Amino acid sequence: MNILVCIKQILDPEIPAREFRVDPAKREAERGNANLVTNIFCENALETALQFRETLSDTKISVLSFGASTAEDSLRKALAMKADAAALVINDKTSNPDPLTVAQVLAAAIRKLGSFDLIMVGREAGDWGAGQTAGLLAEELKMPCVSFVDRIEPMNARLRLNRQTDSGSEVLEAQTPLVVSITNDEHNVPRIPKVRDVMMSYRQPLTQWTLADLGYEIEDDNYYEVVDLSIPQKESRCEFVTGDTLDARVESLAKRITEVTSAL
Amino acid sequence: MNDVVICLISPAGFDRAVQGLAGAGRRLAEKLDSQLTAIVLSQQSPAIAQEVATVVDKVIVVDGSEYQPEQALSALTETCRQLSPAAVVLGNDTYSQEVTPRLAYRLGGAAVGDVVDITVHEQALHVARQVYGGKAQATIELKRTPAVLWTRSRSFGPANRLSEPGNITELSLEIPIDTRTKIVERKRESQSEQRLEEARVIVSGGRGIGGPEPFNDELKPLAELLGAQLAASRAACDAGWMPPTLQVGQTGKKVTPDLYLAIAITGASQHMAGISEAKNIAAINTDPDAPIFKHCRFGIVEDYRKVVPLLRQKLIAIQNSQT
Repeated sequence: MNILVCIKQILDPEIPAREFRVDPAKREAERGNANLVTNIFCENALETALQFRETLSDTKISVLSFGASTAEDSLRKALAMKADAAALVINDKTSNPDPLTVAQVLAAAIRKLGSFDLIMVGREAGDWGAGQTAGLLAEELKMPCVSFVDRIEPMNARLRLNRQTDSGSEVLEAQTPLVVSITNDEHNVPRIPKVRDVMMSYRQPLTQWTLADLGYEIEDDNYYEVVDLSIPQKESRCEFVTGDTLDARVESLAKRITEVTSAL
Repeated sequence: MNDVVICLISPAGFDRAVQGLAGAGRRLAEKLDSQLTAIVLSQQSPAIAQEVATVVDKVIVVDGSEYQPEQALSALTETCRQLSPAAVVLGNDTYSQEVTPRLAYRLGGAAVGDVVDITVHEQALHVARQVYGGKAQATIELKRTPAVLWTRSRSFGPANRLSEPGNITELSLEIPIDTRTKIVERKRESQSEQRLEEARVIVSGGRGIGGPEPFNDELKPLAELLGAQLAASRAACDAGWMPPTLQVGQTGKKVTPDLYLAIAITGASQHMAGISEAKNIAAINTDPDAPIFKHCRFGIVEDYRKVVPLLRQKLIAIQNSQT
């Protein structure tokens, strides 16, 4: 089985709201002191791939990223987690490409890398969170697609997938080639690479391409355009219930709750 | 202007999700001076179609089998092609989220998900959505037609009933069977009949709850007393204390209750992204500086272990005095 995992490097989504700033003119977040990290769902996807390889030994895992040159660090970490090969398409044009551009660039890189049985993408990214890569990539590559998958097992020549739904879960059987989007689950918490493997990963080969190498030219504002980005000011002032004793404060809390619920 | 189309994929009923979707569709149709058409892809088509017809101008029932990803996508694509809609609006259920970008691609349009507002700006559609885990809000201009949007449909007000119900037609499509993917088993895990997204009151617990037992022994009885649904933060679900179906947050359920009672939840932005449309948020937390309090209408700084048992007594006393 030949697996490709797509990986995105993003601004650390855990930075506290009070430190978060946007540049309204550029319509993107300011880097500030924040770290760049691999999007968590991409790591869930890689972890799912690594576990799949543990059940089906003749499996090769490649990782691919489209992003700034710093995204190399995310790919090195993936190699340290024991991905077999890595490729980076450097985005030298626009900092926030639209979802169709991302899918088209990834598709062009995938065609150049070879053929894959299974392509795995995180369900959404912790920055823009458009959640469209898997679907659009499937369309570009003329493959079927299954979303919100949390487990993949080999089943003869096919795959058995488990995915999360609003009300529970579903089991699917699928042929390859296939695109899936991966969501988090208690079974695919990403492993922590060993320090030694992280150091070793910087000695491993890593393919780097520019958009020109793929013969791809980005067309601005071809799909959609972010016309405004702002931080909503909607902090409400919390009324802390008062009272001399805990009993009195909880009584006051009960009354406030009842006021809201009895209005329904 | 061409029709605005709403798509209902296996709807649970004529609930807040469907009504909000119709409301979003109707208001957009009015802005575009166009009609509102609903495509219903459902096994219970006849019943739901009649209810939907009370709020839309036209209902198209597409012959219903159970949802399969490739089949449903082909059926929606084919139906939309016949209508050449100005915009296609969907809800935020799993299936709608799954088909939206692919449907946009096949129709030559552009997709945006998790939409909370739709406006028309000099002939172009502008939509609002939260980004950066709810820390910022973006306005996005669609550059292709049709716009295909999945929305937080419950946060849109419902549509007015029409004096005359819309026309219902059935469409039979020749969609070739696609066996490349197949749903072979559907497991329902929700604890109760009511869906979390439909709940008017939610009692939710976080990492500070400390384990699965207090959810069952403390929070559940409190929820029952309030006629509320029980929910949890990602930390509590990742720890395995509560099933992922009850997870509220950016990547869990986006809920719109009248009251969200957050117990031992710090209020990380990814959690707040799931409750930004709640009318009232209240919190019980030991840390007065917890971010959750910045979003609260009211709250108490105290250990929930002390508060919740007492709160139940007080609520019972109030309920008894009222009857």
